[in-house]
Amino acid sequence: MLRERMPFHFIKLRKIWYALSILIIIPGLISLFTQGLNLGIDFSGGSLLDLKFNQATSVEQVRNVLQGFDLADASIQSSNETDFIIRTRELSEEENESIVTAIDSQLGGVTLQRSERVGPVIGRELIAKAIYALLAASVLMVIYISWRFEFKQGVAAILALLHDSLVVLGVFSIFQIEIDSAFIAAILTIIGYSINDTIIIFDRIRENLLNKKKGEALEDVINSSLWQTIARSINTVLMVEIILVSLFLLGGTTIRGMVLALLVGITVGAYSSVCFASPLWFDLKKQERRAKPGAARA
Amino acid sequence: MKWDKILKLAGVILVVAAVAVLSVVPLFPGVKWLPFANLIRQGLDLKGGVHVVLEAQDTPEAPVTDDRVKQAMAILENRVNAFGVAEPIIQQQGPRRIIIELAGVQDPDEAVGTLIKTAYLEFKTEDGTTVLTGRQLKNATDSKNPQTGQYEVNLEFEPDGAKAFAEITAANVGKRLAIVLDGNVLQAPSIDEPIPNGKARIAPYESLPEAHNIAILLRSGSLPVKLEVMEKRTVGPTLGADSLDKSVKAGIAGLIGIVIFMLLYYRIPGLVANLSLIIYALIVLMIFAALHVTMTLPGIAGFLLTLGMAVDANVIIFERLREELWSGKTLRSAIDAGFKRAFVAILDSNVTTLIAGAVLYYFGTGPIKGFAVTLTIGILASMFTAITMTRWLLHLVAGSNLVRNLKLYGA
Repeated sequence: MLRERMPFHFIKLRKIWYALSILIIIPGLISLFTQGLNLGIDFSGGSLLDLKFNQATSVEQVRNVLQGFDLADASIQSSNETDFIIRTRELSEEENESIVTAIDSQLGGVTLQRSERVGPVIGRELIAKAIYALLAASVLMVIYISWRFEFKQGVAAILALLHDSLVVLGVFSIFQIEIDSAFIAAILTIIGYSINDTIIIFDRIRENLLNKKKGEALEDVINSSLWQTIARSINTVLMVEIILVSLFLLGGTTIRGMVLALLVGITVGAYSSVCFASPLWFDLKKQERRAKPGAARA
Repeated sequence: MKWDKILKLAGVILVVAAVAVLSVVPLFPGVKWLPFANLIRQGLDLKGGVHVVLEAQDTPEAPVTDDRVKQAMAILENRVNAFGVAEPIIQQQGPRRIIIELAGVQDPDEAVGTLIKTAYLEFKTEDGTTVLTGRQLKNATDSKNPQTGQYEVNLEFEPDGAKAFAEITAANVGKRLAIVLDGNVLQAPSIDEPIPNGKARIAPYESLPEAHNIAILLRSGSLPVKLEVMEKRTVGPTLGADSLDKSVKAGIAGLIGIVIFMLLYYRIPGLVANLSLIIYALIVLMIFAALHVTMTLPGIAGFLLTLGMAVDANVIIFERLREELWSGKTLRSAIDAGFKRAFVAILDSNVTTLIAGAVLYYFGTGPIKGFAVTLTIGILASMFTAITMTRWLLHLVAGSNLVRNLKLYGA
């Protein structure tokens, strides 16, 4: 009949999940504090030039031209022999133009595929907006979950989101992958997805608690709810990942950072919904009963 | 076998296939909207162009006022029109900022340079010689003449301009004097009589706003405030086209992956889910076209992501269906019970994603807003198709008795 085979007990093994989560989060946190994030020009301000050369060109050749403009420390990144992305401090319109002209004439022809210039004020505003957005989204979601379920489930879900965001930020910090404004969209989508996933499970727990057999322990109800929804959890994350992997492999470089963040975040989000949010809620619930011994005996 | 159900099912499949083909392939070149995917506006990151954020800066001579920013916008609009760009966007953001978006500009750097350079106002006689410049114009105001009831623009020249103006008008009575802004003839009124005192009147105009507009342009022979480029993004047309092409390919590959997975794992319900997934994609694209949503690269990613979430609603339902079948229900009652139970879960879970979408829309700019819009539309449409379409189609398939083996429904 109904999922009688439950290979292990999710809640009883929760210490293992917590340990696993901490093991994933700690290196990221260390990296966040020591080397921080690689903020793109969207946040830090600066200029970006995306160039396509007519002939094979080396990073040294490009750097040589830039040295003439006092830009020896510019970051030069090439995806192949003809495509280069150059990031510098903020350049004025005239500087920008003369650099492109110089590169064009000295290195045998170049097309300016993309150019971005962001002032430091805009960057600061963007960071402020991003933080407001994350706070607003979290608060609204806790309110909704508290209304539809209970406050402690809201807290567990938000802690799971924090978990997911920390993992993604950690990965981006460790590998120093550049963060642009689309990264904010990615984080909010991950949050939306992870909560979505958590709620499907909480919904099942809510339903199973209503039909609970006498004497059935809460941890067993949660465990069987998790096993009842596990196929859905895995299938859905697979489906979203099919899309993301194809976007990552075929979708071009401009959204690769965003797709990578989504890929990491949605995988972790699926994991945290099952192995972090639900056990956490169980532990929160247990505290409540300890505080009210009368209720536990009843 | 129930032939009416089978016929209905075949009808649905035919209609969906026809709409799908028509929406993508231009079968009838005469009908412009007929691959309707063409109606969806492309953002600058897809078709190439320039996005500039200008900010008015205080200077001792010209502190920023609302009026000055408005004037600057009028001048910028005039200049943008000179580029001949289709659907330019010029909007004010906050008290000091102006956002300009121009699609498909060949030389974006030159465009930005032209936009913020000081405007050049000149007066030319019929033979093309410049006789006066904006520097010599003191003021231009609009008014309604109390005697004639006509709308007019009154010009007042600086002393040296007034002297030159008197000579020119005396020498050119009956001829036209062209007023040229940045090389474009704004107007060419004819000179009725010599004007000695440097105070001229251009009339009549159709309306006061028209006269007002001309007066603004004349007054602002140069930009009334200093404008700084705060942010500038340009995307070349080839890069844009390349990004679009790549994401469409990625989307198709991902879609095929999902379709195969659903078929293998859920069989008959999977087939139904695939059909409603196609219906879902068509509905969303139609809404994009109808609402004139501007599609950006993150927007496409958001749309593709909702494909995954649209399938999720189906997955929740099918998992429930399986359980109901395992508990011994008949196919039809299992379908109904499965939907009923899955609905609450789908609703609660999607509301939270909608909250994230609304927050993104509120705080986001440009492409991020686009992402939020596509995500939100996608989630709403996916709830609709999963709950109505999938259910109806599943009942049709079950009712047709084409497949009687419950194993193929997941039992």
